[in-house]
Amino acid sequence: MSRRTAQILGVGLALLLAWLVLFPILVVAGEAADRTALSAFFGRGGEWAALWASLWISLVSVALAAAIGVPLAFLFEWFDFPGRKTLGSLVALPVVLPPLVGVIAFLFLYGESGFIARAVQRLFGMQQAPWRLQGPAAILLVHAYSMYVYFYLFTRAGLAKLDVSMLEASEALGADRWTTIRRVVLPLVRPSLVGAAILTFMTSLGSFSAPYIFGGGFRVMTTQIVATKLNGDLPLAMVETLALAVVAVAGLLLLRRTEGDDILVALGKGIAPRPRPIRRAGVRALATAAGWGFAVLLLLPHLTLALVSLVPYGAWTTQILPPVLSFENYRRLLSEAERLRPLANSLWMAAVSTAIAVALALAAGWLIVRRRVAVRRAIEGLLALPWALPGTVFAIALAMTFSVHAPPLRWVLVGTAAILPLAYLVRALPLTGRALLAGYRQLDPALEEAAASLGAGRWRTLARVTLPQLRPGLAAGASLAFVAALGDIVASIVLYTYETRPISIEILSSLRLSETGVAAAFGVVLMVVSALVLGIGARR
Amino acid sequence: MSAFLQVQAIKKQWSHDVTVGPITLDIARGEIVALLGPSGSGKTTMLRLLAGFETPDAGGGRIVVEGEDVTSRPPARRRFGMVFQHYALFPHLDVGENVAFGLRGDPDVGRKTSEALRLVDLAGFERRKVQELSGGQQQRVALARALAPEPRVLLLDEPLSNLDPALRERTRRELRQLIKRVGITTVFVTHEQDEAFDLGDRVAVLSAGRLEQAGPPDELYERPASLFVATFVGRANVFRGPAARALCGGADPGDSPIVVRPERLRFTDAGLAGVVRERRYTGATAFYLVESDSGERFEVLAEPDAAKVGDRVYVQAERVIRFTENGR
Repeated sequence: MSRRTAQILGVGLALLLAWLVLFPILVVAGEAADRTALSAFFGRGGEWAALWASLWISLVSVALAAAIGVPLAFLFEWFDFPGRKTLGSLVALPVVLPPLVGVIAFLFLYGESGFIARAVQRLFGMQQAPWRLQGPAAILLVHAYSMYVYFYLFTRAGLAKLDVSMLEASEALGADRWTTIRRVVLPLVRPSLVGAAILTFMTSLGSFSAPYIFGGGFRVMTTQIVATKLNGDLPLAMVETLALAVVAVAGLLLLRRTEGDDILVALGKGIAPRPRPIRRAGVRALATAAGWGFAVLLLLPHLTLALVSLVPYGAWTTQILPPVLSFENYRRLLSEAERLRPLANSLWMAAVSTAIAVALALAAGWLIVRRRVAVRRAIEGLLALPWALPGTVFAIALAMTFSVHAPPLRWVLVGTAAILPLAYLVRALPLTGRALLAGYRQLDPALEEAAASLGAGRWRTLARVTLPQLRPGLAAGASLAFVAALGDIVASIVLYTYETRPISIEILSSLRLSETGVAAAFGVVLMVVSALVLGIGARR
Repeated sequence: MSAFLQVQAIKKQWSHDVTVGPITLDIARGEIVALLGPSGSGKTTMLRLLAGFETPDAGGGRIVVEGEDVTSRPPARRRFGMVFQHYALFPHLDVGENVAFGLRGDPDVGRKTSEALRLVDLAGFERRKVQELSGGQQQRVALARALAPEPRVLLLDEPLSNLDPALRERTRRELRQLIKRVGITTVFVTHEQDEAFDLGDRVAVLSAGRLEQAGPPDELYERPASLFVATFVGRANVFRGPAARALCGGADPGDSPIVVRPERLRFTDAGLAGVVRERRYTGATAFYLVESDSGERFEVLAEPDAAKVGDRVYVQAERVIRFTENGR
């Protein structure tokens, strides 16, 4: 293929991506320039309160997640104690819970009619539930549970890259252990810590399920936007969406500046410190007990979900533990066509959006890395853009853009089967894009040249050499994208129709009908499929 | 009869001040040609132009094989075999699948694969993983893979640079024997003179994107066409001005420099006067670093007991290499 053709393809891809991820945002910005809506936004205290709530909830989530994740990472990376290996992988378990599923699991476990509350109530003979799982504290609890994993995984990866000779050098220069951690270790793992902080901040800023279920009267910006949209005040919803987008981008830019030089880490090429056994028997027993206790705490939501899914409708009233267990809910889920539909919907929509996201990322990787087209920076930026903005922003932007018939840029897609896969696709692009670009950059161009010199044409080279080499990155990116689409609630709640309703919407409506068992059964299905897909994606 | 592989005024401009070519070179059927030059001289670009991974500038010459112009033919349809510097073996395929990769659609895949492997002394290695092989074995698999489709020309990019020095010399000999046995026309790139001389029938010396000289090793050594070739190929003492005149005897070299190989300088009773500053003993002979009265330093290769450090010596040249026009 000539250089010219590649350049034209590059421009074509950049335009397509711009239409997908940038144009809807511009439409929102255009619609938000509405005087009444602007004055309503700036005049009402509730708007500012919601924006402020989003911000402080996100910052506290980062602090809580770091407070749990970082010490855990040090414990598992530096110390050896019985069960270290098993526990070390269990600790990452919250990632297999899609946000909504995690939230309902918390509801069943710690909610006012959950196991713990019932047990406490019975124990002390109380008239009412001892607490209500509501408001900022409940949201932060869920955030801390699901997001400390980012800090845990990032910090462990950073510590594993550390050169043991640096620690020894520090000690040889007379620094004690705490000085070494403060002056050598932390600066070296800082890029990892900042990476985790950015991820946590962005995830909690975009978090919807927890504030939606537990918020009550307490509104954050994501729930506020959806409420305004449902009330039909579209111009105000646009202003709110834009405000959230601005906070997200500002937060991202500020956090990026603290990232520091990656070169610091690249310096250390030696061997990471080996975990040392904890010598004192008492401390070792304590660490082991704490580790296992922690693992149980982590697994409780998963177990709760599984247990609740086995409780038939109306069979569990005031007892601490459910009196009857059966597979009734699963039977209904699989035998009733109307209940099977959300499952089928979610699966095909996630599959289609993932496949297209992979194809676009492949094309982008090839044009950026191999052909180095002139617009490569634009393509890379557009691929990453959806990551920098909360999901609600895109959901609203797509709803707005594709409810108007104005070809060639705008079509009425809202209400059709195409809109949800499109929304999932936008969210999937950063995941597949990053994975495949990294894969392409690590791929030795000589392999493709070798195939060509042996007579293989473009497609045979792609199928026999390039794709097999890209497989790990491709599988990782695709599995993350698929699981994200499968568990999505943010875009679904704004864009679904009855015909195309996905699992998450069905879970919400089951909850509303007090069919907790069915909701939990759906949650278990979602959790198991997610775990399977992520497991396959992580295989080397 | 025209040459088997013709490179005609091929040229590629990378940026306004980095250009490779125009280079013209005729290569005979079955000949082994080394492209020798320092890094950045354009030898790898030249090889990649031959393979088709780079395309020459518009109007930038032609590449002709057996009378057929292949300049704009993509690598996949050029039928040139290539061995890459780091071999580029496909890590997800085993040895046999790697070698069979270029034999798609051939009814005789199995037989040709094992034949190619037997050729490089790796018979029976079909099911081995490439990661399990030693560096030398990987190199031979890469060679078998390139040769299996029976290409018209074999291209080798720094074929021995990935091997440890002890293995290199033996592999060099075996590689030459193998290529000669197959009889394939071969072009390879190297930055090491020993390798170029040992492996190549003819050596093409490149510098700054230009072909300085192409010829058999002894011609390059004894009759270099330029000061660059003289100093890049083998050890060379460069003399100018009065020292040059002193060594040339009667014939005045004018302003242009002359080159004398260390083994062509001799200690005598009269000639260029100087003092021995260093002596480097190599066993059979010794190198003497001499500083002349006018300050030039040069090397003399002589018997180990020809002089001592600090001795005052006189030097004469047995054979002087001259250039026309200031070194070109």
